Amino acid sequence: MSTGTVPKPIAGASGFLDDRLGAGNFLKRNLRKVFPDHWSFLLGEIALYSFIILLLTGTFLTFFFKPSMAHVVYEGSYEPLKDVTMSEAYASALQISFDVRGGLLMRQMHHWAALLFVAGMMVHALRVFFTGAYRKPRELNWLIGVLLLTLALAEGLTGYSLPDDLLSGAGLRITEGVAISLPLVGTWITFFLFGGEYPGEDVISRFYSLHILLIPGILLALISAHMVLMWVQKHTQMPGKGRTNENVVGAPFYPAFMAKAGAYFMFTFGVIALLGTFAQINPIWLFGPYTPADISAGSQPDFYMGFLEGSLRLMPSWEINVLGFTLPMSVLIPALVPMGIIMTGLALYPFLEQWVTGDRSEHHVADRPRNNPHRTSIGISAITFYGVLWLLGANDEISSVFHVSLNWTTYIGRVLVFLGPLVAYIVTYRICLGLQRSDAAIIGHGVESGVIKRLPHGEYIEVHVPPEASIEAHLRGKAPVPTIAGTDTDKDGIPPKGMRGPLGRLRAKMSKAYGGEKIPLDDGHGHGVEHGEHAQVGSGGDDRSLTH
Amino acid sequence: MTDNNHDIEQPEGRVPHRVIGTPAPATATSLLGEEERTEAAADVPGVNLQDEQTARKGERAAALCFLITFLAAVAFVASYVIFQVGDVETTKTSTLALGGSLTLALLSLAAGIVFWVRMVMPKYSLVQERHTMASSSEVREQVGETFLQGAAESGITKRPLLRRTLLLAAAPLGVLPIVLLRDLGPRYKNFPEKLRHTVWGEKTKDGKDRRLVVEGTGAPIRAADFNSPGGILSVVPEGYEHDLDALAKATLILIKFRPEEIKSGTNKNWTHDGIVAYSKICTHVGCPAALYEQTTHHILCPCHQSTFDAADGAKVIFGPAARPLPQLPIAVDSEGYLVATADFAVPPGPSFWERGDAEAEVREKGGHA
Repeated sequence: MSTGTVPKPIAGASGFLDDRLGAGNFLKRNLRKVFPDHWSFLLGEIALYSFIILLLTGTFLTFFFKPSMAHVVYEGSYEPLKDVTMSEAYASALQISFDVRGGLLMRQMHHWAALLFVAGMMVHALRVFFTGAYRKPRELNWLIGVLLLTLALAEGLTGYSLPDDLLSGAGLRITEGVAISLPLVGTWITFFLFGGEYPGEDVISRFYSLHILLIPGILLALISAHMVLMWVQKHTQMPGKGRTNENVVGAPFYPAFMAKAGAYFMFTFGVIALLGTFAQINPIWLFGPYTPADISAGSQPDFYMGFLEGSLRLMPSWEINVLGFTLPMSVLIPALVPMGIIMTGLALYPFLEQWVTGDRSEHHVADRPRNNPHRTSIGISAITFYGVLWLLGANDEISSVFHVSLNWTTYIGRVLVFLGPLVAYIVTYRICLGLQRSDAAIIGHGVESGVIKRLPHGEYIEVHVPPEASIEAHLRGKAPVPTIAGTDTDKDGIPPKGMRGPLGRLRAKMSKAYGGEKIPLDDGHGHGVEHGEHAQVGSGGDDRSLTH
Repeated sequence: MTDNNHDIEQPEGRVPHRVIGTPAPATATSLLGEEERTEAAADVPGVNLQDEQTARKGERAAALCFLITFLAAVAFVASYVIFQVGDVETTKTSTLALGGSLTLALLSLAAGIVFWVRMVMPKYSLVQERHTMASSSEVREQVGETFLQGAAESGITKRPLLRRTLLLAAAPLGVLPIVLLRDLGPRYKNFPEKLRHTVWGEKTKDGKDRRLVVEGTGAPIRAADFNSPGGILSVVPEGYEHDLDALAKATLILIKFRPEEIKSGTNKNWTHDGIVAYSKICTHVGCPAALYEQTTHHILCPCHQSTFDAADGAKVIFGPAARPLPQLPIAVDSEGYLVATADFAVPPGPSFWERGDAEAEVREKGGHA
């Protein structure tokens, strides 16, 4: 295909760069880099673009925001707060809202983008988890991702506190209450963070430098590393026709992927602008300036802090006093344990799975969640655990909207937080096996064609035809979950080396349960029950003509 | 960036009909198999060009979108000039105009590019090879050798004096930033002591007991005027109405009971005519326990729903808080205003490591927590 010559201005500029950077070699390899397509691959991009929008809107906000807790008397144009004493931070946040054109829009877009940033990361992480895309060689990128999620929570917390209104102050107070409860170092951490007693006059400016410099700097570096690793390792692909562990099928970076990504950025930006315009968020002028003496009922944190709020609410009162020291377990446990379980669990999962399956090979074709039922069940179980905590973070709202006793929401939550994940595990496991059976049935019996045939002896049957080629390839992309080879005991009943001892035995047991093929794809062949119908698949060639 | 070979592989004869997960032509949404599907003629395998009619339609649709973006962007600039801000109403108008035009511009641009990609650009199904990430064993060996050679050349392995003094030099340097952070904290170190005392324990300048004043108005409270049972006030220390550090520990909730309603948990000596003062700072994580239910005498913290029985020494009856809200000893001064006669017997607010069981200590000394 002849495409002519590169126009002079472009050729000139790129020649200049290539002479100095040798960029041609890189571009030759990478311009047509192939990116596989799947809707779920777009979830991480939401987070990426939200981050860019956060940088843009955040920079605008810093031009007007004054991170100071000095007392000023408000003289701005929001009448109800005129002549009220407040911190300079709150006054400048009001100024951004009412005295800067587009200021309110930028503030609301910044807040919405933050919510979308964290939400995008969460669903992206779930996609990676459930499709096993964290497997070798992508464990490092998974760890970077876990770190990014943790940092995003810290970034959200520090940003949320900056306007110094009554609502954000409640969040800050809870943060202080949690920090001071830490054994041994709690008071030190608190007095150092606040520069003295709570709330002091330092915390806003300190959170400000964390929020606009330190954390976003680290985020930016880690996000870049995340992208570079993705680029070097190439994206995973869903199973399908012509797709193997040794290739990647999709659209080229230039021009298609580039344009798509650009459009998707614009969509994300547009939706955030839409939300920032029409969906009011954090109307700080209604809350008033912060004072530790007041609070408004129904105070709720941003959604990503909801699970911590919920676990604090669920915890029964428990405090230990030993040798003159205090361990406020009713703060420590809910503040540290759920977050610890979730983040540590996420970080360790790829390595635990490798330990259990003994699988050290590279994986580039993603799993369909049903095809690794134990992993999927663990994931849904974790979501349930998180979800119960999250829901209970709004139990006062639940109680008032549904007119149920507040205390009972807590009692039920205390049970659900343990029972829910268990039930979710069992149900998910069953659903996964059911879906595997349905896949096996499609491969084994074909697809119902909608054509009813009457047999000579009067019986009616529905004609089954083989599934469409790409769908069949998608289904056949299933591979058994690996297990450790040779975990069985030998003739004398002696387990192999490495499988002795309690840990080894546990590992062998887990490997057997976790791995293996639960429902083989050719399942269904030779089962007498459906034999009459099944026989028709063999002669499917004739029947197919009926469908056209 | 990589040494991988990214040359485009030609698919062997057959091109996948579509990429799983992308919206498919209507026929492919069915699970039914099909014998053949017509494909647009393509020069390059895996690149299926759009037919000219679709491409032309796409071009027009994209152009229309881009035009809308242009107009919306102009409207944004115009809105910025036209709509001023300065109060709630004008801010609303300005935000709607700016945000609306920005939204339209961005979404329209996005839609335009989508028309472009989906209707003008070809459908792609290119195939590239992957290679294992690991480098070959020869390369690893070479790198290993180079590493050892370099280490030997540098002398770091052979010369322990060099190595050890370098480590010695690095160690304190790493500590410097931590040292520098010392002044983040206050100069004093008796943090727990600070947490044990509030301004209620200090007399006023002229040596009198500190008055309780109403939060917000700063008005002192005449006991005789605070006389309807079930009444409640949020109270701050006189002279510290705007000192947030003081308020974070010293804010009170003042409740008027009928004398017979007060139970044994409350220290009656610290009440005045059925008026009881508790710390408003929740003993869980420090939110103001601001909600009061008159009929049940329950004080509720809106943050985590710790519930305290105000009639019975503010003991915990529900929720995560582990300790009652401390009670403040109050009386009236010569003018009939409520004053604090002493500080809280135990530290108010959230628990901390050095706090210990202050309540038990007080009880041991025969006092009332």
